[in-house]
This record gives sequence, structure tokens and C-alpha cells, in this order.
Amino acid sequence: MLGLNKKDLGVLLLVALLALAAPILLNPFPADSGMAQFNAGYPDLMQRFVIFGIFAIGYNILFGLTGYLSFGHAAFLGVGSYSAVWMMKLLSMNVIPAIVLSVIVAGLFSVVIGYVSLRRSGIYFSILTLAFAQMSFNLAYSVLTPITNGETGLQISLSDPRVLDGANAPSYPNLFGAQMNSAATLELGSWSFTFSVGYYLCAFLMLVAFYISIRIFRSPFGLMLRAVKSNQQRMNYTGLNTKPYTLAAFVISGMYAGLAGGLLASMDPLAGAERMQWTASGEVVLMTILGGAGTLLGPVLGAGFIKYFENIFSKINDNVLHGWFSFMPDGLEDFIVTIIHPFVGKGWHLTLGLLFMLVVIFLPGGLVEGGQRIGRMFRRKKSDPNTPDGETTPAE
Amino acid sequence: MDAILLQLLNGLDKGSAYALIALGLTLIFGTLGVVNFAHGAIFMIGAFCAVTLSKIFSLSHLASEPSGTDFLGKPKYEDILYIKEWFGESAGAWMLDWSVPLSILFAIPVMIAIGFIMERGLIKHFYKRPHADQILVTFGLAIVLQEVIKYFYGANPIPTAAPEAFRGSFDFGVLLGFDPNAIIYPYWRLIYFAFSALIIGGVFAFLQFTTFGMVVRAGMADRETVGLLGINIDKRFTIMFGIAAAVAGLAGVMYAPINSPNYHMGMDFLVLSFVVVVVGGMGSLPGAVLAGFLLGILESFASMNEVKNILPGIDQIIIYVVAIIILLTRPRGLMGRKGVMEE
Repeated sequence: MLGLNKKDLGVLLLVALLALAAPILLNPFPADSGMAQFNAGYPDLMQRFVIFGIFAIGYNILFGLTGYLSFGHAAFLGVGSYSAVWMMKLLSMNVIPAIVLSVIVAGLFSVVIGYVSLRRSGIYFSILTLAFAQMSFNLAYSVLTPITNGETGLQISLSDPRVLDGANAPSYPNLFGAQMNSAATLELGSWSFTFSVGYYLCAFLMLVAFYISIRIFRSPFGLMLRAVKSNQQRMNYTGLNTKPYTLAAFVISGMYAGLAGGLLASMDPLAGAERMQWTASGEVVLMTILGGAGTLLGPVLGAGFIKYFENIFSKINDNVLHGWFSFMPDGLEDFIVTIIHPFVGKGWHLTLGLLFMLVVIFLPGGLVEGGQRIGRMFRRKKSDPNTPDGETTPAE
Repeated sequence: MDAILLQLLNGLDKGSAYALIALGLTLIFGTLGVVNFAHGAIFMIGAFCAVTLSKIFSLSHLASEPSGTDFLGKPKYEDILYIKEWFGESAGAWMLDWSVPLSILFAIPVMIAIGFIMERGLIKHFYKRPHADQILVTFGLAIVLQEVIKYFYGANPIPTAAPEAFRGSFDFGVLLGFDPNAIIYPYWRLIYFAFSALIIGGVFAFLQFTTFGMVVRAGMADRETVGLLGINIDKRFTIMFGIAAAVAGLAGVMYAPINSPNYHMGMDFLVLSFVVVVVGGMGSLPGAVLAGFLLGILESFASMNEVKNILPGIDQIIIYVVAIIILLTRPRGLMGRKGVMEE
């Protein structure tokens, strides 16, 4: 079905099911219980899950398949956001033109940057993309203020022309009238689930993006990109020009980033330059590596993981910790809270950095590889308990 | 004319910081072949060495005897600095005043120790891994170091003063026959420039004129052959890593009075110093120094109003523009050697 084999279809359906049921699955704790702070099922966070999922899926097409480590992808996200907000200012509050334009503009932008940057590889490529992204960031802050509104960020206002909108059109981003922030709430006992329009639009687009990425992974084009990763020199010696392939991968991932930026702006019509800063580019690298670069599911997992812990970990403060460990004797409780304190709340980045280092050191394949290793461990035990532990798996 | 001279001077002190960091980066890259994204964090830790020492010097306790009464009539106890108690009134005051230069002595062992621990504990295991993995793990390390510093020192910049004697400005123009006050330049920046020239000269002399340096240079050229000659090159490279960390750390110590240290100053400098290294040519020490000063000077010239009127915003992007042009026209950088990072 859909041109996928059984296994890929299974993965796609699994992701679709998870995405559709996310408002329920992510709210496993009753709203009034002490565990409610671990609930991630509110629209704002769920939207970020899927939007950054799109961003990471796109980044994975470049980094996971071709091995080119770009440190400037946030620039495309930022450009996408700006063009989406401009569309909402000039044309209509309907999100369709905004999203379409953000993808197109980010695509064009990435053609230019990719064409120049891809002339070099390795660390030079990383530095070039970093240089371009920092340039865009600095320009957005300073000279391009008429377009980007500088530090304040680009916002919509009531006096904007919006030529396509009628007199009584909604003043919030909408999809043919359905406002992005409107939501239906379902109360089941003490549980409360929120189903928001914006989230489902993002989730739908994420599924489309995921489907396209599966098709790219399984296509001859994807195979060519993998060949570039494993040995570009050999490809060149066989008389094949790899540049169009890498450029195509770069532009596709740039368009994904633009889509993510457009969606961010559609959910909350605001675009700021800090979205283009190089730390933002670093974040998508973290997501992709943490989840597992070069795998289908990895980037989505990584994006969800980072965004979940960013929101949940940073909410845990000392009072919460004392609440958890209150069953312990006083001295021990204080001691444990003191130890955990630097890693939660404002110290969430410390945990992220440590986690990231551990993953790069011990688990270069990311969470997906971790899952596979655990799976293999169980399977081996079941099928053949005599297999020696040091068994080597054949190289790909 | 005086404006141009002033910008040249401005460029020199920024360029010295770039050159020192880039020199350390290149030392690590040239010897160990590791792309170290945590180098900015080392610079930042150096700056916080200065902060730490001045905090240690300002430790005090309350006097046991009241020195008078405050406005409520309660007995008032004065703060007594420990260093004044131990070293005497005037020596203590002098030490507090000179805490930044004194922290050089404090920073060198600390930075070398940090360098050793980093190399032996983490980076050693990444020689055989691809450059992308090295970038990623040191990037993670940079985040961790930065957050640790933030945890202990807070997120706000901590002003750290230069010694009283160097706080003023130097009327440079009078020396060259310009009007008074045409070219005014803070003393500390002059000292920073002299200091970095000293360090750069020291590193080059060390590599050029000592047996140890000769072996290291041989190892940079052909590690395998040096190893086959029965020399433990790994040990020497570890020491070079420590030295590179010390160079970046000292750059940070002396930079503390110019720009109040905050926990993300390392990241801000890191991006620029990588650009500097690439412009200079990966693995070329003179290239790193040259490019550091060149980009520092270009940056300060680009921030002149006359230039900004012609090309608005050029001061923000000049370094990146130069880097892009250099990378595309001279792929090896200004002084890059053949065969370095060209796979």
C-alpha cells in the first residue's frame, strides 16, 4: 500500500496511530493528581513535538543519509517563520498560503546556501553552513529590521492589509475558519484530554513528511545518498557527479525546516531572530543524534524526547523533589534533593549535555540503536542461549 | 587618519583573543587531529579562574571587636579580609587589586590539569572515530562545562576589575603627533595585546627551539614514523593538549577585565575562532595567528561609520563573508598545508 513494503507501512501506521492518539496517550495521569506535571498532552507542547519532529526528519535526510553535518539549519526554520508571518500580514490569516510560501522561500534560500557550502565537505562544510546561518541571524537582528522587526520579532497586527480576508475573517491563524488555537476538551472522570485543531494540522503534515522521508530512504535516490556517505571519492571515480544528489538532499531538508518554521509561525503568529541562532541549529543536531541518525524513527523520537524533557524537567523544582522523597529520613531526603537539584529545573541543559555525551560515546546509533540492542539481547536469549556474547554482526 | 589608527588598535586586542584561542585549537588539531568544540568552554573556564581568585581574595570574616556603633546604636563589626590578616594590610590590598594578573599563576596549573583530564578521560577514545563524532562529543562537553559554571556562578556576568594602575586610558595619539584625546586607548587592552604576543611568541619558541618541540613538530608531520623511532609521541601530544588548554585559559584570564565573564562567553568566541582557524588553514599555527589578527582588524574597520554608511550591516557579517570567500577561493585557508582534512 502507498508504495511501501510491509515493515515500513507498519512503522508509518504506528506513527500515525501514536500521533492521532497523542492527546490521550500523553495525558496518562488525572489532572488533579500529583503526577499531572508529567502530562505532556497540552496543545502547545504537542505541537512542538510534531513540529520539531518535522525539522529533525528533514535534517536526518541530509545528515543521516549523506553524512554532511550542517550547523546552520536553524536559518531555514527562521526564514520559514518570517515568510509565514509576512503571508499572514499581507494575504490572509489562512495558514495554507503561509505554509506554502515558507516552504518555497526556505527551499530557495537553501538552494543558494547549499550550492555554495556543498563545494566543500567535512568540517569545512559545517563551518560554511554555520557562517551562513550566523550571517542570517546577525542580519535579521540589524540591517534587515524593516523585514524582520529586529529584536522585538515580527508580529501581526490589526492594521495589516490582508487583501484576501473579508471584513469579518478571524483574526487568528486559521484553516478555512477553523482557528488554530480552538480545541475540544473531553472530560473523563478526573482525566481531561484536549484535542486542538493546530495540533492535528501539524500532526497531519508530520505524517506526510514522514511518509515522504520513508519513500526517500527506500528510493534509488536515497541509496545514492548513502553511497555518498560511505565513500564519496569512489562515487566520483566511477564518473558520477554527486553534487546534484547532495544538493537535492540539502534543499529537501531545508524545505522541511521551512515547513517546521511556517508551522511554528502558524501556531503562534510570531517570528523572532533567535530561532536562527546557531544554538538552535545545534538543537536539531542533538535531536537527530539522540534519536538515531540515519534511521527512520530516530529523529522523531529524539525531537519528542528532548522537547518532553525540556518542558517537564525544567518544571521540577526543589519543592517537587522534596515531595517525592518525603518518605525518606530527613537527612537523607535533603542529601538526595541536593544531589538531584543541579540536574533539574534550570539545570536541565546540564542533563541534556551529559545525556548527549553518553549517547555519542556509548551509543552512536542513538535511542533506536539502544532499543535494537535490548531487543536483540532478549531475542538471542530465547532462540539460542549458547551463542557466545562476543558475536560480531556483519557490517552493512 | 587617527580614526584608522584607532580602529587598527581596536582590532589588535580583539584579534589577540581570536589568535590565542585559534592557536590553542590549531595546536590540538595539528597534534591530535581532533576537532575540539569544547575549546571555547576552556577559554571561559580561564576567565572564571580570574573570577574565582578574586572571590577567594575577597573572603572575609567579621571582626571580633566592634569598631563602633551603627546608626541604631548596635555595635558594628567590620569585615576583615583573610588575606589582609595573613599577609598584612598593604600586601593584602595589593593582592586583591592585582587579582587578575595573579590568577595567571593560579590558572596555569588548573588549565593544564583540565586539559590532561579531558584528553586522557574523553578525547583519547575519539581518535579513531570520525570528525563528526569528535565535534559532537566535544559540543556535548562544552554544554556540560558551561552549565556547571552557570550552576556555581550564576547566569549574570561577573565584573572583574583590572589592577588600579591599568584602569585608565593611554593617549596614544600624542606619541605620534596627533591632537590630545584623538586616539585614546585603555591600558589594559594594550597589556592584553602585549601579553598575547608574549604567549604566541613563547609557544612558537617552545616548538622551534626545544628538543621537546622538535619531537612534537616531527609528530605533527608524521606521527607513525616518530612512533616507530621509539618515542612515546602520545605522551607528548597529551602534554601539548595541556599547553593548548593553558593558552586558551590564559587568554580567558586576561580577557576577564575587558568583558565581564559570563557562562556563554565561550560559545560566543568558539564560533568565531573556528572561522579563524579555517581561514588560517586547518593545522597551520602561523595561519591561525595571522587570521586571528586579520579578522580582528577587519571586524573593527567594518564597524567604522564611514564603512557602515556604504555597506549597512557589514560589521555584523564581515568575518563570515571573509570566511566564505576564503574557503571558496583558497580551500586550504591562508596558510593551510596540503593533505590536512581533505578527505
